Amino acid sequence: MSYFRPPLRHPNEPKNEVGLTAQAYEGPISTLCAGCGHDSISAAIVQTMWGLSIPPHRIAKLSGIGCSSKSPSYFLAQSHGFNSVHGRMPSVMTGANISNNDLHYIGISGDGDTASIGMGQFAHVVRRNLNMMYVVENNGCYGLTKGQDSATADEGSKSKKGRINPFEAIDLVALALDLGATFVARSFSGDKDQLVPLMKAAMSHKGFALIDVVSPCVTFNNHPGSTKSYDYTRQHVEAGAVVDFVPMEQEITLDQIQGSTRKVDLHNGDSVQLSKLAAEYDPTDRNVAMRTLMEHKAEDKLLTGLIYIDPEAEDFHKMLNLTDTPLNELGKSELCPGSDALQSVNQALR
Amino acid sequence: MKATDISNPEYFHKVVDCQFACPAHTPVPEYIRLIGQRRYTDAYMVNWESNVFPGILGRTCDRPCEPACRRGRVETEPVAICRLKRVAADNKDDADVAARMPTVPAQKNGRKIALIGAGPASLTVARDLMPLGYEIDLYDENAKGGGFMRSQIPSFRLPEEVLDQEVNYVTDMGVSALYNQRVDSMKAMLAKDYDAIFVGTGAPRGKDLNIPGREEAADNIHIGINWLESVAFEHIDKVGKKVVIVGGGNTAMDCCRTAKRIGGEEVTVTVRSTYEAMKASPWEKEDTLGEGIPILANHSPREFILENGKLTGMSFNVVESSYDENGKRTITETGEVVTLECSDAIMAIGQDNAFPWIEKDAGIEFGDWDMPVVDKVTFQSTNPKVFFGGDAAFGPENIITAVAHGHQAAISIDLMLNGQSVVDDRPAPGVHLASTKMGIHQWAYDSDVVADQRQASAHLPIEKALSSRKIESELGFDLDTAFIEAERCLNCDVQTVFTEEKCIECDGCTDICPTHCITFTDNAEEDELRQKLTAPAPNESQDLYVSMDLPTGRVMVKDEDLCLHCGLCAERCPTSAWDMQKFLYTVTKADNQPAPILAKHQQRTRPREQAA
Repeated sequence: MSYFRPPLRHPNEPKNEVGLTAQAYEGPISTLCAGCGHDSISAAIVQTMWGLSIPPHRIAKLSGIGCSSKSPSYFLAQSHGFNSVHGRMPSVMTGANISNNDLHYIGISGDGDTASIGMGQFAHVVRRNLNMMYVVENNGCYGLTKGQDSATADEGSKSKKGRINPFEAIDLVALALDLGATFVARSFSGDKDQLVPLMKAAMSHKGFALIDVVSPCVTFNNHPGSTKSYDYTRQHVEAGAVVDFVPMEQEITLDQIQGSTRKVDLHNGDSVQLSKLAAEYDPTDRNVAMRTLMEHKAEDKLLTGLIYIDPEAEDFHKMLNLTDTPLNELGKSELCPGSDALQSVNQALR
Repeated sequence: MKATDISNPEYFHKVVDCQFACPAHTPVPEYIRLIGQRRYTDAYMVNWESNVFPGILGRTCDRPCEPACRRGRVETEPVAICRLKRVAADNKDDADVAARMPTVPAQKNGRKIALIGAGPASLTVARDLMPLGYEIDLYDENAKGGGFMRSQIPSFRLPEEVLDQEVNYVTDMGVSALYNQRVDSMKAMLAKDYDAIFVGTGAPRGKDLNIPGREEAADNIHIGINWLESVAFEHIDKVGKKVVIVGGGNTAMDCCRTAKRIGGEEVTVTVRSTYEAMKASPWEKEDTLGEGIPILANHSPREFILENGKLTGMSFNVVESSYDENGKRTITETGEVVTLECSDAIMAIGQDNAFPWIEKDAGIEFGDWDMPVVDKVTFQSTNPKVFFGGDAAFGPENIITAVAHGHQAAISIDLMLNGQSVVDDRPAPGVHLASTKMGIHQWAYDSDVVADQRQASAHLPIEKALSSRKIESELGFDLDTAFIEAERCLNCDVQTVFTEEKCIECDGCTDICPTHCITFTDNAEEDELRQKLTAPAPNESQDLYVSMDLPTGRVMVKDEDLCLHCGLCAERCPTSAWDMQKFLYTVTKADNQPAPILAKHQQRTRPREQAA
């Protein structure tokens, strides 16, 4: 068994704008089961962060408990990390976000960590539009405790032991839309061509960005009858708004405009290009998004891609008028303005 | 692209870069692993089966394997394959090796073969045919066997004991060695009723330099290869104090280093080309400079200078090399003339074949440059009974090429004398492909890739090295260094074998591969495919491994160029669609003789095959 990646790499490994190869964004070898979808998502995160040229030390990765929440150990070894209590990642994330608005935040969670024990926390972090990318590594089962059905397991889906799930599934995408999320996407761990541009757009979005990623559990939920297996997902997937992420500096070519139907500008000058089925699709209309989602569900299809985006929405920081300067950079006078300031505050409340 | 046919033994053979580049196709990773396990005798025998002279080659080989080594593509320097071979030879158990020599039947098969010239090609023919019961007469004009390995390679590079031992392994099989017998007539040989004659006489004629003063100063002007031979057989034991060597090949390097050991105080090498374009191996040039011998590049000989009828110096035109866009070289004189004092001058500017002893009417056709017409596969001449090999066949090459020729000529001789076709009945290579899987994520080879750099081989202190021409100047690796170097080998013979039916396209292999070798993509023509892989594959000398169509309609494409054979793709594969399988390729010898290590495998597997 290999415990270390070989020290040798491709001799022509490209460097990004901050002069790093993708190796600087990797982590140790995964101890998840071989073939786990989560590892593909980790690889997509490495590609995304390298591609966006974000220095690893400007990224914070936070997670809860579960196979999914274990996966941040296996990417971005040189970033900040916090492995929180089960389902409580959003609270810790909120605290981190308030105290340092300068970092790029990735939340990694799973279907149990989000849709079961963490449901309450999830609902509120969506409402608050906290500036983060929230990735749900969704495999429809509790892989860490031998594969029981989770809250996102589809009704009628068969477990490895042969039991049919009688309960309705929680659709996190529909839920997030209902709760007012400003960036909602769904993808599949086996399709990095779609997942990486989505992640780039999510990282560039100012506000809460949910990506619900179907990520098959090879050990407990990859059999015939499962609706979260590699085969089932591939057969039922339908790419809705296919996204091409366009960084600010990059000129949009005529080719791209003809191939795509819509361009949505992000707050920082980047943009996303939508193509393929996007012809009749307006991802900035929440009603259209809801309706399209329901239509696809009725047809037993899994709608993926960028489902909804509101690039203009105010994020949590803005809403509460919090300081943009990280707390660790504030001086004594700003943190402790003195008794005169206290007096004036007290005075205002009398 | 069409799906790769991995059942063709040449596909995986090509992935084992070192073995593929070796003219004799020695299974390099196989013996390096054995050295890593400190099984020196086993490592020696794997070599001996394939190249007959591991101890000699471990010191003197031209090393076509090393520039081919994958390590040089993913890191800076290749594995020191040649010096590892020497480790096996230096540390083998002599008694054990003797016990493992092939048995030679006491009852001969009644066929008699003459080998002319006792160099590596002829000795290889003898080594392959003696165990089959042939009677062999080995002719050489010198008092001992070894050919150019003895006469051309100085003892400070190749000790006499090493040479004697490996020549004797062959001659001790019962070869009747007819030394001190120069063969002067092919017709006389043909008249002796041999069933076959093998010519392994090398390229014995050193080139001369006809510039003014050559004839007048003849006493102190020597032809490199003849001079080295005279030193080796102790006809010459000293040289003047100031010596100039003309030439930039390995013979020039041997001449200057020899001169330095038998009286030469100021020895200088002059070469017409640039330093970089010299024909000598880089390590030989380094060793030469290391012994304080200057190499003057861009010096074209002009004339020999005499005083009172005695050589006192040489003058040179200083030249410049320039290359056109096709890489063709033009040498122009700068007008500058340099004079070097010298009491002796040695010409080491190449060598030619010469067959004055083969009569025009001996039934052997000669072609261009007075070379015999020899088949490149069978080594048969136009006289079906006469075969050529080594430098005698196609001009000067090297020892390992001569060995490869010898094996093939032996096959031809054996086929012909058994009434079979030397073309159609040639044996297929031995191929053995078996999984190295020992358990979950456990392999029967050391899959870890180490970061160690190439280890340097130790040398004697220079004063000691120069004190005698018989003291070996390079010490080779000690055992701990050898282990470090052996671990650098990437085990390219452990192949990544892909089974389409098992793949669920989870991307686990693509994500883990440290050198981005693996891509799942829509199929395309090779040129397009090479561009659209995860990492483009510009090295067209290395193949793409393409699978059949997978359920999503895509194919798996693996660029063999930079694969580290680390096994991580197989470790991260949930369905064992990837497997690490050891591929052992052996060149089959005369009478389908497989290598002994392979024979053990076959003894184990044969009963099972019969049961099936």
